[in-house]
Amino acid sequence: MSLDRDDVIKIAHLARLELSEQELDVYTQSLSRILGLIEQMNAVDTTGIVPMAHPRDVSLRLREDSITETDQREKYQAIAPAVEAGLYLVPRVIE
Amino acid sequence: MFHKKTIAELSGDLAKKTCSSVELTAGFLDRIEQHKDLNAYITVDRDQALTQAREADVMIQHGKATALTGIPIAQKDIFCTQGMLTTCGSKILSNFISPYDATLIARLKQAGAVVLGKTNMDEFAMGSSNETSFYGPVKNPWDTSRVPGGSSGGSAAATAARLAPAATGTDTGGSIRQPAAFCGITGLKPSYGRVSRFGMIAFASSLDQAGPMTQSAKDAAILLNAMAGFDDKDSTSSGIAVPDFTETLNHDLQGLRIGLPEEFFGEGLNSEVASVVEEAIGEYKKLGAEIVKVSLPNSHLAVPCYYVLAPAEASSNLSRYDGVRYGLRAQEYGDLIDMYQKTRAQGFGDEVKRRIMIGTYALSAGYYDAYYLKAQQLRRLIAEDFNQVFEQCDVLMGPTSPTTAFKLGDKTDDPVAMYLNDIYTISVNLAGLPGISVPAGFDSQGLPVGLQIIGKYFDEARLLNVAHRYQMVTDWHRRMPKEYA
Repeated sequence: MSLDRDDVIKIAHLARLELSEQELDVYTQSLSRILGLIEQMNAVDTTGIVPMAHPRDVSLRLREDSITETDQREKYQAIAPAVEAGLYLVPRVIE
Repeated sequence: MFHKKTIAELSGDLAKKTCSSVELTAGFLDRIEQHKDLNAYITVDRDQALTQAREADVMIQHGKATALTGIPIAQKDIFCTQGMLTTCGSKILSNFISPYDATLIARLKQAGAVVLGKTNMDEFAMGSSNETSFYGPVKNPWDTSRVPGGSSGGSAAATAARLAPAATGTDTGGSIRQPAAFCGITGLKPSYGRVSRFGMIAFASSLDQAGPMTQSAKDAAILLNAMAGFDDKDSTSSGIAVPDFTETLNHDLQGLRIGLPEEFFGEGLNSEVASVVEEAIGEYKKLGAEIVKVSLPNSHLAVPCYYVLAPAEASSNLSRYDGVRYGLRAQEYGDLIDMYQKTRAQGFGDEVKRRIMIGTYALSAGYYDAYYLKAQQLRRLIAEDFNQVFEQCDVLMGPTSPTTAFKLGDKTDDPVAMYLNDIYTISVNLAGLPGISVPAGFDSQGLPVGLQIIGKYFDEARLLNVAHRYQMVTDWHRRMPKEYA
């Protein structure tokens, strides 16, 4: 199936990507081509086949609920775009 | 002459003290500078490398050397390296100085290896030509008008041009094996779970795996020895015992059963690549191997299946790049959503945006079953094909890539044509199996051809053994591009 501009506007919003008008046209075309490739999957009937999420079907192991991380806030915040008093700054979210 | 030597040879020189790690590291740093035009490296920190080399020399003086102590290794820029720029080939991480080491980096440092520099790569490892890098494409040292392959293109070119004795790479759909083939080096993708993914910037977490890119199978064994093993920090790391991969290199191949999947020799395979691969298989017959014709009937579904699963996982993994805690943030923006959208629009390149959007679509309400679930079902069919053929044979062989290295710019306008480069490698990642690409000869234009060998789960020792015995009777892996010899 192919996508139209409105589909791509919706997808780009979900993906938090700003696209220009011109980019919208380009992506509408290239994403449709990729979906064309993907649709070769439909040639096979997969009824009843258990989906494989992981190469070895293993379940994730559990660990003791104990503290292993040390406080490295200063080290991590040293590379942040904007911090103040130990907090990450972003535009106001709650009025 | 130092640059013509393998890790195994350099390690011997260091032990005999005919050279020091500082001399060796300085020598490679000079070669990197001299051949900057290849664009194989994104970051080189001369002082840090020489400091590590001095520490390695002390280890050697004190008799505490491992096989890697004092050996400079080029690291793909996907591995977080403490105090060093780690970009993953992206603009969005163009200011990211990692506050910690990836487990792979920590282990190699522990063994005494020197971080020579960070190699160029396709942005977030998404690409097969190294042309999606924000830092510009890498050139193939065999013909600088051609691509080195990708995504580990910088690591492959650096090793081929001997701007490092060896390098690390990562492979999600072929990103170690295909560039290894295009550049005429040995590249091993280990089994999923063999090498820790902690601190390796995530692309598709159920497929990503790190591995060695080297001049020989023996070097790959030496490097894998230091890289492999359980890591508590990686939730899918395997606890299975790690053998000494160098110990079994010389095992006899008499009676080895080699499976040739008919699907790997069909339409789309370049005829010159086909004949080089057939000749290589002929060598194996001389070494006592038996040939078994096999079939992987669902392998043609691997590319479509992969281009749902990998983008879906990527869209989730890459949602972390939001301009809040690290990396690039847009200069001007309005509200929070606008900040996210502008930061990501400015920070990601085209191919990464395409894959994020494909993945977002495949996971979105109303489409999940038709795409994501369907692809996971096909993944099982593809993996079961391998289980069946491995009842009839010990390893599989075929071409690594359908062609040799193509021209820069040839496929940049057609994402689908680019994706088809990986038709023989992708199914291996979907099944989680180990695979290796070994130099097997050249086409009529003098471009290297890779032979792919696929093994059973956690059977890297056998792959390295099979590759090593071939390298004992051939010298394709010793060939070097003239301008860099």
